[in-house]
Amino acid sequence: MPKTKTDAASGTTDTPVTPATQDDFDLGSLQQALEGDKRYKADKEELLKLYEQMLLIRRFEEKAGQLYGLGLIGGFCHLYIGQEAVAVGLQSALDGDKDSVITGYRDHGHMLAYGIDPKVIMAELTGRAAGISKGKGGSMHMFSVEHKFYGGHGIVGAQVPLGAGLAFAHKYNEDGGVAMSYFGDGAANQGQVYEAFNMAALWKLPIIFVIENNQYAMGTAVNRSSAETHFYRRGSAFRIPGMQVDGMDVLEVRKAAEIALEYVRAGNGPVLMELNTYRYRGHSMSDPAKYRSREEVQGVRDKRDPIEHAKAELVELGMSEDTLKDLDKTVRKQISEAADFAESSPEPEMSELYTDVLVERY
Amino acid sequence: MAIELKMPALSPTMEEGKLAKWLVKEGDEVSSGTILAEIETDKATMEFESIDEGTVGKILVEEGTEGVKVGTVIAMLAGEGEDASSIEAPAEPKVEAQQVKSDVIQDVSATSGTAKLATEEKPKKRDPEVPHGTNMKTSTVRDALRDAMAEEMRRDERVFVMGEEVAEYQGAYKVTQGLLDEFGPKRVIDTPITEYGFAGIGTGAAMGGLRPVVEFMTFNFAMQAIDHIINSAAKTNYMSGGQMRCPIVFRGPNGAASRVGAQHSQNYGPWYASVPGLVVIAPYDASDAKGLLKAAIRSEDPVVFLENELVYGRNFELPELDDHVLPIGKARIMREGSDVTIVSYSIGVGVALEAAEKLAEEGIDAEVLDLRTLRPLDKEAVLESLAKTNRIVVAEEGFPVCSIASEIASICMEEGFDDLDAPVTRVCNEDVPLPYAANLEHAALIDTDRVIEAVKKVCYR
Repeated sequence: MPKTKTDAASGTTDTPVTPATQDDFDLGSLQQALEGDKRYKADKEELLKLYEQMLLIRRFEEKAGQLYGLGLIGGFCHLYIGQEAVAVGLQSALDGDKDSVITGYRDHGHMLAYGIDPKVIMAELTGRAAGISKGKGGSMHMFSVEHKFYGGHGIVGAQVPLGAGLAFAHKYNEDGGVAMSYFGDGAANQGQVYEAFNMAALWKLPIIFVIENNQYAMGTAVNRSSAETHFYRRGSAFRIPGMQVDGMDVLEVRKAAEIALEYVRAGNGPVLMELNTYRYRGHSMSDPAKYRSREEVQGVRDKRDPIEHAKAELVELGMSEDTLKDLDKTVRKQISEAADFAESSPEPEMSELYTDVLVERY
Repeated sequence: MAIELKMPALSPTMEEGKLAKWLVKEGDEVSSGTILAEIETDKATMEFESIDEGTVGKILVEEGTEGVKVGTVIAMLAGEGEDASSIEAPAEPKVEAQQVKSDVIQDVSATSGTAKLATEEKPKKRDPEVPHGTNMKTSTVRDALRDAMAEEMRRDERVFVMGEEVAEYQGAYKVTQGLLDEFGPKRVIDTPITEYGFAGIGTGAAMGGLRPVVEFMTFNFAMQAIDHIINSAAKTNYMSGGQMRCPIVFRGPNGAASRVGAQHSQNYGPWYASVPGLVVIAPYDASDAKGLLKAAIRSEDPVVFLENELVYGRNFELPELDDHVLPIGKARIMREGSDVTIVSYSIGVGVALEAAEKLAEEGIDAEVLDLRTLRPLDKEAVLESLAKTNRIVVAEEGFPVCSIASEIASICMEEGFDDLDAPVTRVCNEDVPLPYAANLEHAALIDTDRVIEAVKKVCYR
């Protein structure tokens, strides 16, 4: 039943407020669109491009793990191995000139998915002056404002309201952009996530909330940490439609992203996507991985690997094994050059200690 | 070419470990992801995975070996087309150099940023002269703050105000009164009661290029949001190597109000002032409130702007200028004096001025210095005044421990020791949560008498 409210102080006229009724919110409305046609129709060249990006991330992360082992990368280092299809599939659907992206500390893959030079990313990991944050951010704190990539945040869940803020700016500026905020199944239990959901839905902010459900919050399995493990339902209380997507299939991810983007760009407010994926490596490099079995990890690698999956599909589409082998060689070479660069380029000058604390001088 | 497998560092602090168990043997085929060995660190047993494909050639460190240094070659892997059995071990197990060190601190050349920061004169900013004949009007601090926001919103489309009850309610303390009418709901935004969330949204909007003014109904509630103020807003520019800015103002009343109890009565000045990457401003009168809030909104840096509820309604003279902007980071001499300096900020300035008047009657000529900005702190002004009066009392409405007063004391000790004729003395609130009972609350807060007493003590009177 429609209600009205008045505000004597501001002198505004009665604003009709339509109360929510049960039937005008359908959690699964976008899921239905996805179920109808689950996979993006990529031609051979398009799929090859996605495959190359995923492969680049995989090789980059393997190399990063190796450099960590050699003591060239310090502190925390969270690898994206296994989750490549998520960043690659989603970001391939974005409009690079308008849309913005923000994520947590597992951020190397998202940077690479933008085509940012692996050299400056690897050099950031080794803490060198040529790193994208001048060596002052490290693995968890990388940014590229040029690409509208806003980091790289180390406090679990912080990127969710920050992402809503980016969406707020898109709406305020009427620039047509959409913000995409990635977070994990672990971050999904932080209170600030729901504060952001509420305001994003209330103000119809153009944002896609992406839960990368890699099944473990550090070492705690989702069923040990979450009362509702179907994370796509977590927006129900805020009337945010949810989507459940196979995060190991780059074409399904891409398709889902397109459906979500269309909805958000039309001014309907946020979408919550849950991407089911898997992290092959530990939470960070110092994770002993005692909370899951080797068989479990191997099982996913054997059966669901996003890169192997795309490779098989490419072969089916008629891509020659030689082409794929050459591509692998090219990628390996690119990564090994990035590693050499990151190892040999100088550390930041001591003067950098004091720069960039504040922008202005007072 | 054969690949050397080296003892990996498996934690940020690991230097050596025990090769607990080999899970492959010589001649085994491995690929990316194959678990090669188990390694015990000081914290846990970890798995060591292969990232290359090949055949295990030689195992150089037997399982069970303890104290294997990180970087030691522990096995050799034959690559594609190589004969694993013919792989040679490297001449001697070598330890990988850890880091390529660049210049050490002593080598900083004259042209480097550090040298510049050390030698380059800080910009000598002074309050702009108020032209002769400028009309002075009487204004409350509340109206001065409102006018500052309104003027900046007229000047810059990117400026918007968000917070609890800032729009339709017209501000919980009426600081945003009338803004909704002039600027509409797009730019004057009521938020739900969700400090952590809207502080984050404001910070993200600043990263995205807007100029948010985020009002906290009081700074006590900003405790829910302090993570975004410190971890998100203050550190962004540094962590991104100067790439990503965060021009935002967090503002609202701070410090003790009146009879609202311990959870609603706290001065967060020292908390925020300890954080590199933030600008912290705590003005006293209407002119500074307006001029500094305008400067804060224009700043490229994140600013915490601490107001005081008890001062909102006080009237002060305010110059009627088209654009009254004051420099951030500059203290202001509120009253000249020669015998002693009373340093203060925010509501404490009123207490200090009152004390100075009473002291004058007793023949003590006190200078009152209003810090105005708590970070960056105007050390020069403190030290100049110390050089003149040789005595400093700090009057601060806040807890004494780790306070701005403590900071002033150390600055005077470290950089003005020879000018001191008496110990720097702190006059702060009592070191207790603020009580509710009127008599206890009164006893807990600083007052004029306490400042006078401390001044007399340092003047040996």
